Amino acid sequence: MKATLAPAEVDQPVDEVKDAADRPWVVIVWNDPINLMDYVTFVFQKLFGYSREKATKLMLDVHQKGRAVVSNGTREKAELDVFRLHEHGLWATMQHDE
Amino acid sequence: MAERIVHRSRDGTFQLRISDDERDLIASLAGQLRDLLMSDETDGLQRLFPPGYTDDPDRDQEYQQLTHDELLTKRLASVDIVEQTVSETSLDEDQINAWMGAVNDLRLVLGTRLDVSEDMDDIALDDPRAPAFAVYHYLTHLLAEIVNALAE
Repeated sequence: MKATLAPAEVDQPVDEVKDAADRPWVVIVWNDPINLMDYVTFVFQKLFGYSREKATKLMLDVHQKGRAVVSNGTREKAELDVFRLHEHGLWATMQHDE
Repeated sequence: MAERIVHRSRDGTFQLRISDDERDLIASLAGQLRDLLMSDETDGLQRLFPPGYTDDPDRDQEYQQLTHDELLTKRLASVDIVEQTVSETSLDEDQINAWMGAVNDLRLVLGTRLDVSEDMDDIALDDPRAPAFAVYHYLTHLLAEIVNALAE
């Protein structure tokens, strides 16, 4: 078992009440009829460092289901991700995790 | 199989095998994209400056104000690089990325204006939109080649 590089599993502290501001944000990419499938896959790899397999799966979700969550995190991180996706011409929005 | 028009060399550069006519077309389109980006025109530009929030108009306005100028600057920088290198046969990775960005921006503008949909029928040759569709399809081919070479 190659455990040396695996991050230690730490129990996340459980907040009693999570108000809306604490919930993570999700970045969603929506299907559009213009962007090429290979281009979208490449952008996911380039921006998020995803493997080709993961990027392709996300692209197919966008294409077939109409949308996919491609990243998540704090509002600042999500906004930066949305910006980078917009820079690459993808149709991305962010919202609170449901 | 058609010959590749964008090809990654062993030294990490990208070879661009396109004709002078194609280079003239790309230079012309790049100039038109700059003019459009610098104008007050919004038609066709929606996809280049999309909303970041769909369920919160206030936050979206804030997002747009925060990002619009930077998005514009980056788009114009890509156009500059395409114009500066349009006659080159060998591009470095930054340059080919700029080409990818500008070509995709052009597809987004043209595709929006042509109201492209996923299951579109072919356009008749005598359709008044045929020339614009021909350019759109050319840009699609060029972009696919660039992505292919970058993803290799």
